[in-house]
Amino acid sequence: MLDISDLHVSVDGTEVLHDINLHIGQGETHVLMGPNGSGKSTLLKAVMGFGGYAITSGSIVFKGKDITNVPIHERAHLGIGMMFQHPPAISGLKLGKLLVATSHMEKDAIEALAQSVNMDHFLDRDINVGFSGGEIKRSEVLQLKAQQPDFIMLDEPESGVDLENMNLMGKEIAALLEKDIHIVNRQRSGLIITHTGYILDYLEADQGHVLINGQIRCHGNPREILRVVKEKGYGECLRCKQM
Amino acid sequence: MEHLSEKDRERLALTGLEVGMQNRCGSFFQVDQKVIQTTCGAEGIEMLPIAVALEKYDWVKDYYWNAVPKDKDKYTQYLAKQENPQGLVVIAQPGAKIEMPLQACLFLREEPVQHVHNIFIAREGSEINIISGCASSWQKEHGAHIGVTEIYVGKGAKVTSTMIHNWNPGISVFPRSAIIVEEDGTFLSNYVCMQPVKQINMYPTARLVGKNAVARFSSIVVATPGSILDLGSRTILAAEHTSTELVTRAITTGGKVISRGHVLGEKDNTRGHIECKGLILKDGIIHAIPEIEGTLTGTELSHEAAVGKIARQEIEYLMARGLSEEEATATIIRGFLDVKISGLPPVLQAQIDAAIDKAESGF
Repeated sequence: MLDISDLHVSVDGTEVLHDINLHIGQGETHVLMGPNGSGKSTLLKAVMGFGGYAITSGSIVFKGKDITNVPIHERAHLGIGMMFQHPPAISGLKLGKLLVATSHMEKDAIEALAQSVNMDHFLDRDINVGFSGGEIKRSEVLQLKAQQPDFIMLDEPESGVDLENMNLMGKEIAALLEKDIHIVNRQRSGLIITHTGYILDYLEADQGHVLINGQIRCHGNPREILRVVKEKGYGECLRCKQM
Repeated sequence: MEHLSEKDRERLALTGLEVGMQNRCGSFFQVDQKVIQTTCGAEGIEMLPIAVALEKYDWVKDYYWNAVPKDKDKYTQYLAKQENPQGLVVIAQPGAKIEMPLQACLFLREEPVQHVHNIFIAREGSEINIISGCASSWQKEHGAHIGVTEIYVGKGAKVTSTMIHNWNPGISVFPRSAIIVEEDGTFLSNYVCMQPVKQINMYPTARLVGKNAVARFSSIVVATPGSILDLGSRTILAAEHTSTELVTRAITTGGKVISRGHVLGEKDNTRGHIECKGLILKDGIIHAIPEIEGTLTGTELSHEAAVGKIARQEIEYLMARGLSEEEATATIIRGFLDVKISGLPPVLQAQIDAAIDKAESGF
């Protein structure tokens, strides 16, 4: 599904990601961990194609197509979707109108979709304006449900979410990633940034990666990585790499 | 109306003129200095050319050059000198309420200067919506429109005045309006100008003279290259418990917008707020000059103004959902201009939306 090879990314002239290699197969969900400022969000934004994240070398291939220099919306059309951690608030733009513009769904279908994530009262609200942490996440999930991407990147889906919302979010994200379908037949893939690992209470991840100082330091079983980080911190990952 | 060209009919339709009178309960149509049509089918509402009104009702003269002084400036002086004043008088009898708008259309076709003097009188408890469409013929290269409008909102009455302009790059426009609102009265003004014009200069003033009176001004304007829009609105909170809100959304694609606003709080328990947001799409000028002036402790006034470009982050957010850069930009602009005004009938909102849609295709 996604092949990142020898990727170097600079922000404002400073290299932030160094020589990233990552392969995510069809139906697989990967987890990306790492200390604050290690470059996790930068990696997601570079895959989405945001300006300001200059790819100085390497390539990103999605579904066999080199998308390294493809504009953002074409990546979205190819099937890449993203849940933002801090989406912008856009005054005047109604959530419902955005859903109509991006999904080409009928009004009734959008209302039903919004109801499924308790967002039906927000369709006439300006997007993200005055939304609480949980509301922002539900709005993001709703947009992804309308978009139905094949590959979903989630930037800290747990942050700012209370337990009740986490339960809803976890289940919705699992559904988006087709966790109810057997791995053999599963089409959708995902890449999830998590600090706490709470999302793993709702879905199984196939692989974990640790990103430190812009480099992927280790790959492995996500639960095992999480356990080591919880017990010994990211320092252990650095030592591990040096051994 | 038959003698208008197809192109001119289209231009008029953009200002909200319903040629077939659908969704309208009254109509006034003036081309240059000639009144073509005055009809009104609404009970308790009268629409008359100003000359007829002054002759028919002696008391109309009390409202003539009352809210707007004759010697205000050279434009009012010019108008005051005219021997044959043209324009529209609307009289709403006490308690007369109609949601369906009355339309007033002022069309500049051949003469160098069009001048009009309008008077809207809403008596106690009445409610009227007036949509004024002002336009010039597509082939009219130069000209000026000078218009005085005096609006009197009686006790508990409500007047919604929506004005949509559709001029040409060589036309100069000088509206001179003033509004007097009595106790429990409400005045709502919506102004839309999204097409090229040489110059518009106006600064309507609402004087809230009765308790609980409310005035709201909303303006949506686009300054194209070569256009100078010097616009403002002013409210004088001259009675207790009065309030006002002045809201402007301005876009420049190369022209100049001066967005003025002035609220004067001179009585206790009064509130006023000015909000101006400007979007610079191409190098041009947006100059916001909000003024708030309080003269005693019991008044609460505030303003906020912001001028800038569309945030890249917002465009990319929508692109990540699949919109192209152009679609994302247009969607954000559309949202920016979407100033929903409470109390506006759906038919008028649809008219404003149509004007935005039309302009949006040009961004």
